[in-house]
Amino acid sequence: MDPKAFILGCSALAAGVCTLSGLGSGLGQGIAAGKAAEAVGRQPEARGAIMSTMLIGAAVAETCSIYGLIIALILLMANPLVALL
Amino acid sequence: MDFTNKNLWLLFEWDGQPIYATETLISTWVVMGILIALAIVVRLRVSSFKGVPKGFQNIIETLVELMSGFAKDNMGAELEGLGGYFFSIFGFILLSNYSGLFGLRPPTADLATSAALALMSFFMIHAVGLYKRRGKYFKDLLDPLPLFLPLNIISEVSKPISLAFRLFGNMLCGVIIMGLIYGMLPMALRILIPDILHVYFDIFVGALQAFIFTVLSMTFIAQKAGTR
Repeated sequence: MDPKAFILGCSALAAGVCTLSGLGSGLGQGIAAGKAAEAVGRQPEARGAIMSTMLIGAAVAETCSIYGLIIALILLMANPLVALL
Repeated sequence: MDFTNKNLWLLFEWDGQPIYATETLISTWVVMGILIALAIVVRLRVSSFKGVPKGFQNIIETLVELMSGFAKDNMGAELEGLGGYFFSIFGFILLSNYSGLFGLRPPTADLATSAALALMSFFMIHAVGLYKRRGKYFKDLLDPLPLFLPLNIISEVSKPISLAFRLFGNMLCGVIIMGLIYGMLPMALRILIPDILHVYFDIFVGALQAFIFTVLSMTFIAQKAGTR
């Protein structure tokens, strides 16, 4: 088998597996939004502060899936393994 | 499809290495030009600012007060002076993220710009921490047990890395997805359907990421300096 084709095929598979990191981020942000909705239900006057706290927490939790996305993009677009052949 | 930073013109050669003007550089110059022009306009009109503000002066004063109050809420009353620094960081990141709406490639979609901004935050965190807490800054690294020293150092190093990659990842995502959508649609549909995605990816994510970068930098500085 052509070694370059093998490396590129495995990189494509790995890039697909990388998107599994979105699972943790989706779960975490969903829990954050649920807690925020609960808090607004208990005290509707604090809606502004609760919303900005929720957005900050959600954006920090998003970082993990962004790391997965960056690895997938590097494997697909600027693959460093082919140069090592 | 090619989403990398294209070299546009050759500027000069230094020590045998060619230095090009890349798309990121052109976008950064445009954003800098807008911010410098705004600063010059405010400077020229500040001599005619009255006691009771109206119009242009009102807008500028509202923005400055907003940022100062925000800095005071997050970092404590002693560090309120850093509100000016964070206003310029926020303005630069916001304008850079929105430059994608005007046909430029956002400079923050390049790891170099995001990493430079994160490095600035890193130096601010440690400089303000040292300035505010002098010798006790080193004692904080051994907190709660001296055994935790490697973990504390790793967490200090990972903060600017996460700041840089969060901003870079979100912006590069937007560039790639918009590029793919435009490549997929025929010419007639390119006016309506991508608008909705632009509203989400460029406007919402751009503003959110600028806000998150600023707020996280402020939080890290407040943690290091020991103020509330």
